[in-house]
Amino acid sequence: MYLNDKETRLLEEQANKIRIKVIDILEDAGSGHSAGPLDMADVFTALYFHILKHDPQKPDWPLRDRLVLSNGHIVPVQYTAMAYAGYFPLKELRTLRQINSRLQGHPHRESLPGLEVTAGPLGNGLGQAAGMALAARMDGKRHRVYCLLSDGEHQEGATWESAMFIGNQKLANLTAIVDRNNIQIDGYTERVMPLEPLKEKYEAFNWHVLEIDGHNFEQIISAVNEAKAISYQPTVIIAHTIPGKGVSFMEGKYEWHGKPPNKEEELKALKELRTLGGKIRSEGE
Amino acid sequence: MLSKGQKLNRKMFQKNVEKTPTRNGYGEGLVLAGEADERVVALCADLTESTRTQAFAEKFPERFFQLGVAEQNMALVAAGLGVSGKIPYIASYATFSPGRNWEQIRTTISYNNSNVKIAGHHAGISVGPDGATHQALEDIATTRTMANMRVIVPCDVHEARKATVAAAKIAGPVYLRFGREATPVVTSEETPFNPGEAQVFWESARPQCAIVACGILVHEAMLAAKELEGHQIGTMVINNHTVKPLDKATLIEAARRCSAVVSVEEHQVEGGMGSALAELLAKELPTPQEFVGMQGVFGESGPPEALIQKYGMGSKDIISAVKRVIRRKR
Repeated sequence: MYLNDKETRLLEEQANKIRIKVIDILEDAGSGHSAGPLDMADVFTALYFHILKHDPQKPDWPLRDRLVLSNGHIVPVQYTAMAYAGYFPLKELRTLRQINSRLQGHPHRESLPGLEVTAGPLGNGLGQAAGMALAARMDGKRHRVYCLLSDGEHQEGATWESAMFIGNQKLANLTAIVDRNNIQIDGYTERVMPLEPLKEKYEAFNWHVLEIDGHNFEQIISAVNEAKAISYQPTVIIAHTIPGKGVSFMEGKYEWHGKPPNKEEELKALKELRTLGGKIRSEGE
Repeated sequence: MLSKGQKLNRKMFQKNVEKTPTRNGYGEGLVLAGEADERVVALCADLTESTRTQAFAEKFPERFFQLGVAEQNMALVAAGLGVSGKIPYIASYATFSPGRNWEQIRTTISYNNSNVKIAGHHAGISVGPDGATHQALEDIATTRTMANMRVIVPCDVHEARKATVAAAKIAGPVYLRFGREATPVVTSEETPFNPGEAQVFWESARPQCAIVACGILVHEAMLAAKELEGHQIGTMVINNHTVKPLDKATLIEAARRCSAVVSVEEHQVEGGMGSALAELLAKELPTPQEFVGMQGVFGESGPPEALIQKYGMGSKDIISAVKRVIRRKR
């Protein structure tokens, strides 16, 4: 399923709505991470509004595709995408990080239907995704498992234990998508602890590797389609993204990895994103 | 005297008592669990023979997964299997699992409430010659403090087998603790076993102290009780195999009858089964208690039985503890 221009435009508009909402709820919450949720808004939009086989009314549908978020700290963008997809009312997003909320600061599987894993401590997603893919293969089920992970968590040993296992098991029903935004809390990944050459590392672990622009819907979707067509090995899509994408004063700045905007910054960001939304529409017309 | 209803091994007090490692019970139980339920799968991290996962791997190769020396990933893969309708059992040495992978177990198995059974092998100082690096003495503490987790410490091979089979029927995470060394058989095939139900294995007419033991030291507790009876000191011995959740009723009743307790475990006394007992009694029925176990030090290489003696966990140490605690009664 490839995209026509109209579909692409609709996805871009949806992603922009998600970015606006993310800024809104992060400021409300008063704590959380900004850069990652903004830069993964396009990937989440592509997943929830085009790629995933899922039913927001039946989140436990056994044949659904599984979306495993490994770097749980970017969960505000997942919550927002889920709300827009119909898993729960948009107004519930205001409860993010508040007491008695289903929207925990880091995702908890048992708190909210539709979440597949509990995540936050880094390096734990890929292995859980492997277990799900293994179970699907044992049972002859056709659904797919998508694991989203950050670039920084490739410094965790467990990530490579899992990558080795998945390569060895040839779990072709598993697709990993790496948010290659080049930043982590303490700075740029290549300064903190270099990850490159990341592509070659995965290839050496017997994965099929694709590199894409993580803000280009055609590239995201065609990469996922290519991964689906490969039956003999797992695929990792290294999605190059701009941290803080869509908000100029956050873009590319690691300082925005782990903090939310204040009220003033929120208004500035929203103004930019709303203008961007207008731009997308006007370009499409 | 020996409790009648428990159908215990009458030869347990003899020098030539049959000895078998509790890990063998895991191996046998795993096959039985696999036969009973096709959702059971087994994972191992390069210790398939040693953890006795081998028999399952041979019988159900399509349900066995080799993870290599990667305990963190083993816990993660099991967590994913456990929320996908499988009943995974993961096996390694307890120092590595739940040692090395404690955080993965906490986040993805315990907090996730994934249906994973964690088999910690080579637990306790009775690992022997391998030395302190491989003698898990903290695992009861580190597992019992996790929400959603059950903790079972079988006393011999029969109970190990029954506990392994029973774990598959418990919904949610379970930690099972096994030893390496061949240790005396205390129970029999017919001895009842129900998770969460502590058992009275020895009961004198007028018990002055309840010896609450778990794991392979239940045998030492029985030897101590028999010898104490010869000195006209009556005791009860409770096989407290389920450390979490505790059988509160049985333990409180024993404390009420005896007004003194001694806990016995092959584990650090800080945070282990004895601590769990003390937490219960402090709240319900404050009772003088002595703690037999590792006293805040690491072990070392050596023959298992000699190590048990050197580090104060043998029957004579239990006898001393019983006498001490009786003196402390008001």
